Amino acid sequence: MKRLLGFAAIAAAIGCAPAHAQFTDGIIKIGVMNDMSGLYADLTGPGSVVAAQMAVEDSGAAAKGLKVEVVGADHQNKPDIGSNVVRQWIDRDKVDVIVDVPTSSVALAVTEIVKEKNKVFLVSGAAASDLTGAKCSPNTIHWTYDTWALANGTGNAIVKTGGDTWFFLTADYAFGHALERDTAAVVEKNGGKVLGKVRHPFPGTDFSSFLLQAQTSKAKIIGLANAGGDTINSIKQAAEFGITKGGQNLAGLLVFISDVKALGLPIAQGLIFTEAWYWDMNDTNRAFAKKFAERNKGIYPSMIHAGVYSAVTHYLKAVSDLKSDGDGKAVVAKMKAMPTDDKLMGKGTVRADGRKIHPMYLFEVKKPQESKGPWDLYKLRATIPADQAFRPIGEGKCPLVGG
Amino acid sequence: MFEIFGIPSQALFGQLLIGLINGSFYALLSLGLAVIFGMLNIINFTHGAQYMLGAFCAYFVLTYAGLNYWFALVIAPIVVGATGVVIERVFLQWLYKLDHLYGLLLTFGLALVIEGVFRNYFGSSGLPYRVPDALQGGQNLGFMFLPNYRAWVVAFSLVVCLATWYLIERTRLGAYLRAATENPTLVRAFGINVPRMITLTYGFGVGLAALAGVMAAPIYNVSPQMGADLIIIVFAVVVIGGMGSIMGAIVTGFGLGVIEGLTKVFFPEASNTVIFVIMAIVLLIRPAGLFGRGT
Repeated sequence: MKRLLGFAAIAAAIGCAPAHAQFTDGIIKIGVMNDMSGLYADLTGPGSVVAAQMAVEDSGAAAKGLKVEVVGADHQNKPDIGSNVVRQWIDRDKVDVIVDVPTSSVALAVTEIVKEKNKVFLVSGAAASDLTGAKCSPNTIHWTYDTWALANGTGNAIVKTGGDTWFFLTADYAFGHALERDTAAVVEKNGGKVLGKVRHPFPGTDFSSFLLQAQTSKAKIIGLANAGGDTINSIKQAAEFGITKGGQNLAGLLVFISDVKALGLPIAQGLIFTEAWYWDMNDTNRAFAKKFAERNKGIYPSMIHAGVYSAVTHYLKAVSDLKSDGDGKAVVAKMKAMPTDDKLMGKGTVRADGRKIHPMYLFEVKKPQESKGPWDLYKLRATIPADQAFRPIGEGKCPLVGG
Repeated sequence: MFEIFGIPSQALFGQLLIGLINGSFYALLSLGLAVIFGMLNIINFTHGAQYMLGAFCAYFVLTYAGLNYWFALVIAPIVVGATGVVIERVFLQWLYKLDHLYGLLLTFGLALVIEGVFRNYFGSSGLPYRVPDALQGGQNLGFMFLPNYRAWVVAFSLVVCLATWYLIERTRLGAYLRAATENPTLVRAFGINVPRMITLTYGFGVGLAALAGVMAAPIYNVSPQMGADLIIIVFAVVVIGGMGSIMGAIVTGFGLGVIEGLTKVFFPEASNTVIFVIMAIVLLIRPAGLFGRGT
């Protein structure tokens, strides 16, 4: 036994001798955790793992002598399962950074664990703005979008064009509540009124009861504070029940490209919503999307996938500059100090509260006759400049922000 | 307009009707389960996956063969029912003499495999399927807007449910079936091919699930997990109605749809749980279910 230990010690000493001595176990391990099999699997899922791998390949890490490994896991949208995976990853598998994590209830649980273990958490999939608000953490960066940005983009645009009375259909968990709260605030700030809300179980299948309640409320706008399959079913059933024909309009507060695809243009046309990224905006995005789709069963990247790519790219720059990935707080501080710049999301910054800042875009779903291909789905309505896209840093009540 | 418990009556009538519509899916699915359990003693956990297969079959038939909803309504139950026959011949027939648990585990495993395969090829967001042209639009009933398609769903599933009940409880074929489950050896002695009858019964139950799937395609998202979301509720319905009771499955299916619909008005957050609360209460008071024959 003694001899074995001695051998191990020598082996470790030899193994650690080269330049990347500071990297825990010599490998930068990226753990992509999300919904691999449920209703969010297409907009996050295996695609996020592909995006992380593409970021690693494009970063030239191998040329710099960095060893990077990407692993993936399914949290099934359940906070307890997500927490277990993350603990196991950090304690046993030596994962250095947790990426993606849609479903805000899971992300809020993970942010606590990552803080306790002093690792890094890069959120692309989850939306609750609390992640950079009251629940902010020195180990967490919220990358792609949040409920405030969605509410601000879509809510503003709709209230300003006359949609001043609202009824909310809200998914009954952290994300839905946050999205409803942030949107209601925007509506009221612009002089609109919230007439009512109904919270539906997550995930749901039949929304007709809730839609009927929304219909009776006579609100001009029915705000869908849900996501993925829930949004698809709500929109489909609203069309069926003649809600849009009756003069009420739907506001999809969080709509992804995979949702529009599943709805089909005849039903989805005219829908307005806010996103952080769309594949058909420039040549670099188009080239990325093509390469991505080849590796992801033909499914085009969502903004969450692009966010994962962008976040991993910036993370690798920071750790390669620091030459260390052990101290999560130091890595995040470095990421905040460096301006971000990657081929998908362009130039940006990370704020003290952990909010990544970049422009957001207001899109409208094309009419069937305007679409030239199976993934040609959006047209750009407006660009929300980076300095207006996210919640002002003082309003989030994040303890990390002085004053 | 008057109010009931602070809810306008108008909204309440609408909710009752919607409850009935959802109930018709519960009834159709729990009916298939009840038939299979009653005749084969198998707890068919694959039912949700077979319902999903029905919806996908409708999509394939439309996309690749250009045949519309009405064809799908006939083709999907036959095709999916045929896969059911294969499953029965290859797997289930070996399990009848064993504990229920084996059948449950096998069908549960099959459901996971089928759903996994579909997720792998079609992703999780689902596929679009339109309401057939003849049933577009709807009627304004004064208290609500009733889409024609939903009215069709209620009427058609009621007809299918009652026809199935009649077939099993009131015809000679049904009598053979019921006799064969009581005492297969004796029925065989009369020259009736019991194993084939059992196989076809399973195929029929699966066909019912597929039929529900086709009917669901234009309303719900056609996605691999559509069955998994529903099957647990449907099992609760069957337990409440009494395992194996045909009429029990139909009545509780519609009844629970209505109760769930009302919960969505008075306490929406609990609408996913209310059925299980009822199940727990029924099991405490009448362990055999509302319509089950006590053992």
